Amino acid sequence: MSRIPLVPESDIPLPGLRSDHGLLSWIASVDHKQIGIMYLLATLAFFLIGGIEALFIRIQLARPENSFLAPDTYNQIFTMHGTTMIFLVVVPMLLGFATYFVPLMIGARDMAYPRLNALSFWLLVFGGLLLYFSFVGGGQPVAGGAGGANGGAPMAGWFSYAPLSERPFSSSSGSDYWALGLLAVGIGTLAGAINLIVTILRLRVPGMSLRRVPLFVWMVLVNGFILLFALPPLNAALVMLLVDRQLNAHFFTPLTGGSAIMWQHYFWAFGHPEVYIMILPAWGMISEIIPVFSRKPIFGYEFVAGSSVAIGVLSFAVYAHHMFTVGLGHPFNAAFSAASMLIAIPTGIKIFNWIATMWGGKIRFTTSMLFAVAFIILFTIGGISGVTFAMVPIDWQMTDTYYVVAHFHYVLFGGTVFAIFAGVYYWFPKMTGKLLSEKWGKWHFWLMFIGFNLTFFVQHILGIVGMPRRVYTYPDLPGWGTMNLISTIGAFVLAFAVLVFIGNVLVSLWRGQPAGDNPWDAWTLEWATTSPPPVYNFEQVPPVRSRRPLYDLAHPDNPDWKRNR
Amino acid sequence: MDSLLNAGSPQAQAMQSMFFWTLVLGGLIFLLVTGLVLAASIRYRQRANDDEPRQIFGNLKLEIGWTIAPALLLVFLFGWTLQTMRTADPAVAATNQDPDLVIIAHQWWWEVHYPKSGVVTANEIHIPAGQKILTRFESADVIHNFWVPEIARKMDVVPGHPNYLWLQADQPGLYQGACSEFCGAQHAWMRIRVIAETPDEFAAWQQAQLQTPAAPTGDTAVQGQQLFQQKTCMNCHTIAGSGATEQIAPDLTHFASRATLGAGVMDNTPANLNTWLTNPQAIKPGSHMPDLKLSADEVNALTAYLETLQ
Repeated sequence: MSRIPLVPESDIPLPGLRSDHGLLSWIASVDHKQIGIMYLLATLAFFLIGGIEALFIRIQLARPENSFLAPDTYNQIFTMHGTTMIFLVVVPMLLGFATYFVPLMIGARDMAYPRLNALSFWLLVFGGLLLYFSFVGGGQPVAGGAGGANGGAPMAGWFSYAPLSERPFSSSSGSDYWALGLLAVGIGTLAGAINLIVTILRLRVPGMSLRRVPLFVWMVLVNGFILLFALPPLNAALVMLLVDRQLNAHFFTPLTGGSAIMWQHYFWAFGHPEVYIMILPAWGMISEIIPVFSRKPIFGYEFVAGSSVAIGVLSFAVYAHHMFTVGLGHPFNAAFSAASMLIAIPTGIKIFNWIATMWGGKIRFTTSMLFAVAFIILFTIGGISGVTFAMVPIDWQMTDTYYVVAHFHYVLFGGTVFAIFAGVYYWFPKMTGKLLSEKWGKWHFWLMFIGFNLTFFVQHILGIVGMPRRVYTYPDLPGWGTMNLISTIGAFVLAFAVLVFIGNVLVSLWRGQPAGDNPWDAWTLEWATTSPPPVYNFEQVPPVRSRRPLYDLAHPDNPDWKRNR
Repeated sequence: MDSLLNAGSPQAQAMQSMFFWTLVLGGLIFLLVTGLVLAASIRYRQRANDDEPRQIFGNLKLEIGWTIAPALLLVFLFGWTLQTMRTADPAVAATNQDPDLVIIAHQWWWEVHYPKSGVVTANEIHIPAGQKILTRFESADVIHNFWVPEIARKMDVVPGHPNYLWLQADQPGLYQGACSEFCGAQHAWMRIRVIAETPDEFAAWQQAQLQTPAAPTGDTAVQGQQLFQQKTCMNCHTIAGSGATEQIAPDLTHFASRATLGAGVMDNTPANLNTWLTNPQAIKPGSHMPDLKLSADEVNALTAYLETLQ
């Protein structure tokens, strides 16, 4: 294939912005490592914005009948918080890691479709900016102030239930920005999924059979297939919502013959697989990090990989557990209850395999490992409360309360975000050539662990005593004010922990210890090149005869491939 | 506290005991996992002079063990779920769909009908204790959710899709709840009060609600009644016997007999009513009752009139 030199090609891995063509060589880059870093920076920016929104929410709820935010403003903020964290932070941040590390881990030069890769990233940025432009562009003052829209951002929640999201009930154009922004992001993500699947299936270095790829790559592969099948229902529903809103169709408007419940089927057919999209690559990270810092291979590789495939398949059969209170009848609820419970089996398999990997090892408690171990514990809490939602009668009481808010934050923050921080401490040296400071890292970890539990554990109890989610304020019932105040204090500890992390990144970039090629003595191919890797990734890819090619190089007398291939 | 932990009906009791024992079971599993993680962390922590640990790649028997054990536990949980679903939400037979109570959710209040007696009220639901009340849920606009944790499961209130529930409270008393599906600006102030009474008290309440309120006496109240007709109040509200019959907003026929106003945003006292009428948008921004820019005298008169509607 002929090469078209559209882009100023850089021969240094991380061109500075002030160097010749510096900015252009980032913006126009089709290099998976630069795009991966841009993914991480853009999603970090959105994470900070979403975090500030979370602090606004917690300030408003710090005491009963607070008037810090007007109701509509609060509703916009919590809608944007959820939408941002899910669509602009967790999913693309994991894709960013995949974009950077999958080609390195399989010994490839780049992704299968480098230009498509750049398109995916820029669609994310564009979709995110479109969504946020709603704050200034979405306003549409309503005469008299009643029933009203006094600001521009969407305010129907991150799952935007119809008919609330339809024009009669959401008259500002916030919901249009929401649907268009998510469409842009969704198309980019779909392209990214295709790119990752093809890269993993076609560009592996000779010798790396699918039974030898690192587990992070396995999880990204399964994730790619889930994205491929889960995003179309969402994109279809978004288009239908836009047609309803702009052209007065009535897909989801019951008063004119549409169905409010149909939106939920479409949305959750995407929305529950989405939950696994947000956790699988995180599981992959944990499955890389725990073995390296325990100095043992992953326990039960086939079972960790196989259970992820099982989850990928099951993820499409569980979505209606979000709809147990819709009134669709006991047989319907029972079927989805059974499927949802099944998910606990492959999830449990992974947790036990991680513990078995630690068992008998020589564990080095680096910051990365601390985050990984905390992940196991916090994710287990979120997993157990998840099983309670598969049990229909418990769901009938606890859904849409603060108990569910606690549940999914234990899964997505205690789970995914803790895994992402484990991954950042693990891979930052590879990406930048500098180690993050362990001293700052320990502060970051403990503040975050304490802040997280302070914020979210008490929300389980708030839900049990009857506090619904998504309320801009609440009556002064016994205990509610105190528990909400504890949660708010926790949120500020959490925010401070994030500042410590950012400080750590800046200080370490400035004068961190040089990392060397393989600071953790790890075994997968990304550590077989310089830090940061050259533009072409590898001078020479080591032979791959087992799952741990670098272990084999270091132990020529006793390589893995003689014991276990 | 108004929580599922104080179950006040056989249905809520079933959900409560299931939740309690599931939390105990979940707690044990959590202790097992955390115990193993901590044990591994302490016992296998790296010491200075350690060699490489033994490289173990897996163990088929263990894998089978931790696949089968949770599977068996889940079979049990599923059976328990099926059984509890029947107790927690007894089936409503197709032939039995002549409801005792119809609850229509609006942005942001509850309309309450008793079709067998003709009583209409709002936000405060009186039921006779100890009886199963067949309740039908409808929505006038968006999706809401009826949740009174001490006595019943959550039930979505979906436009175009009526749902049914047996509402039951064993003991007389007040059971509080709230809308728990996000429904717009004032989702927070869409609270529910279920007042369970002895059958005699309930019958007396129902009788009182069916009476047409006596015409107001006293100058201010009479003036208030005239204002109610002249201002746009009667475009939305009903007061039996006054000629106001619109059902867009809460029925005010026996307004003064209710304990709260604005679906729980305030206690129903004359002072609060005065504040509310002065500008509802200051109390419940976004609610569908507009600021009518009434003068202080007009507000006082209307307050006096509405307070007569016992």
